[in-house]
Amino acid sequence: MSNVETTPAPFDSAVLFKAAFLAVVSIFVLVPLLATLLGGFKSLGELRVNPFGLPRHWEWQNYADILFSARYWQLLRNSLVISTLTVTLTLVVASMAAFTFAHIKFYGSSMLLSYLTLGLLFPAATAVLPLFIKVRDLGLLDTYFGVALPQVAFSLAMSVLLLRRFFKDIPYELLEAALVDGCSYIKFFRYVTLPLSRPILATVGTITFVNSWNAYLLPLVMLNTDALYPWPLGIMVYQGEYSSEWHLILAFITLTILPTIILFLLAQKHIVAGLTAGAVKG
Amino acid sequence: MSRRIAGSPAMGVASLLPLAVRGPRWDGRFTVLILFLPPALVLFTLFVVLPVGEAAWYSAFNWNGFGRPTNWIGFDNYLFVLETRAFWLALRNNGLIIAVSLAIQLPLALTLALMLAERFRGAMALRMLFFMPYILAEIATGLIFSFVYDGDYGLVASVWRAFGAEPPHLLASTDTSMLAVLIVVVWKYFGFHMMLFIAALQSLDKTLIEAARIDGATRSQTLRHVVIPLLYPTIRLSVFFAIVGSLQLFDLVMPLTRGGPADSSNTMVSFLYNNGISRMRVGYGSAIGVILFVICVTFAITYKRWFMRDE
Repeated sequence: MSNVETTPAPFDSAVLFKAAFLAVVSIFVLVPLLATLLGGFKSLGELRVNPFGLPRHWEWQNYADILFSARYWQLLRNSLVISTLTVTLTLVVASMAAFTFAHIKFYGSSMLLSYLTLGLLFPAATAVLPLFIKVRDLGLLDTYFGVALPQVAFSLAMSVLLLRRFFKDIPYELLEAALVDGCSYIKFFRYVTLPLSRPILATVGTITFVNSWNAYLLPLVMLNTDALYPWPLGIMVYQGEYSSEWHLILAFITLTILPTIILFLLAQKHIVAGLTAGAVKG
Repeated sequence: MSRRIAGSPAMGVASLLPLAVRGPRWDGRFTVLILFLPPALVLFTLFVVLPVGEAAWYSAFNWNGFGRPTNWIGFDNYLFVLETRAFWLALRNNGLIIAVSLAIQLPLALTLALMLAERFRGAMALRMLFFMPYILAEIATGLIFSFVYDGDYGLVASVWRAFGAEPPHLLASTDTSMLAVLIVVVWKYFGFHMMLFIAALQSLDKTLIEAARIDGATRSQTLRHVVIPLLYPTIRLSVFFAIVGSLQLFDLVMPLTRGGPADSSNTMVSFLYNNGISRMRVGYGSAIGVILFVICVTFAITYKRWFMRDE
């Protein structure tokens, strides 16, 4: 819209207001994050008198202790295992279903598709108690799969919709030509559809990964053993143990959100596209 | 869409051909159908649809989750829920979250989007900064703010002390706990809504805006009469997400207050967790779940029918 401006606005009050407004919002967002990062470098005593400023005395020990503890790495590993399982299964199961819905006409196809999209209408929390009983009866309680499978099931609706829309845009002539040449549907899916769909697979994978990595309620209900806890559960336990030793808790928080922030900085485009793409379809 | 229309007659003709001519191809499609569809349908039915149905069934029992449910009590669980003061508090809190989302978060997000959709140095960095809280886990966000609000060590406390006042324990008071949660909700989610608006602003038809400017409309007139109306679909979408998000808010509340003190900051889901799940009162918890389900589905369907018909 700025290119509509014929003459560049001189330094006026509107610009000043805008700058001030952006500065206030930036401070609102940044201060809690920076205070957390810096708080991890302080001693408890200093935190009490100086929660905002730079540490007068940098306590590297807080961070080092956590980084050299088995606990921290175990939490990250558990989260990584659950998220990877969830993303892989979601991509495989959802892309197969989306391919069928996109390219094969059969009686009841639109009905089945709307059946799957029912999943968009309500959160997992509404049925979490029966879900717990189901997972228990299947013998999956306290396993990675007990968390991953319900997460896959709840991410299917959105994933199938996004993938199907993309698959449908692959030129129909391509499928026709391939079939005439004796290529089967399954080979077409494997060697044409999937390679052409990398962007949307990345998008769906990112949404699923972020959701699974940050998930709290499902693991909380399905896991009982500390050794299996993903980091959101682990950090709550940690906070319970060190209740008011805030310098340690802040260091722990910083180190657990660090992977997310690094991933975000590396893959900004995919993450923003992914998290807002889900929105567009709604 | 046009591609499908172009393609479908060929498909139709093909399927009319005798099977002998194109048998393998039909077989191929059948194979895909029986191999590719069932995994999704089975997972979805098993872990999404059945539990919802079972919630309705279990909600008619007084059951602790062990053995089979036998103690049939009809609709009593629903009556118990509706008689609980905490339920109505939770409902009110969800209403408050929605109100704050609409009255504060949405205008904030829209204003920022209008500022940051223009290209200037630093615009990109600011967009990313404002979006960052959205990708942080709600648990981590909640913990960060429980530090911010902490009456002994927190940021708020230190500001209060600087003015010589006794620091408040915001999260520990029934008067302020929900206010504290609401501020975190805005902090966490305004960036997401801002990104929605930025994406919409960037795909707007620029010629309409240029035409308005050429016709002599001022910047604010263009904004009010051209840009904002063009954003209505996105605004409706943003409102939809704010309401749906409020109805499932849970992770953020747990590290902050666990719904307390005295249920003053429960949301529907944290109420469900505290009263049904953590005590394994399956029947009672399922009744809460069913009520939440009905609210969500009714809202989603009504909203889409009334406000999002054109999309």
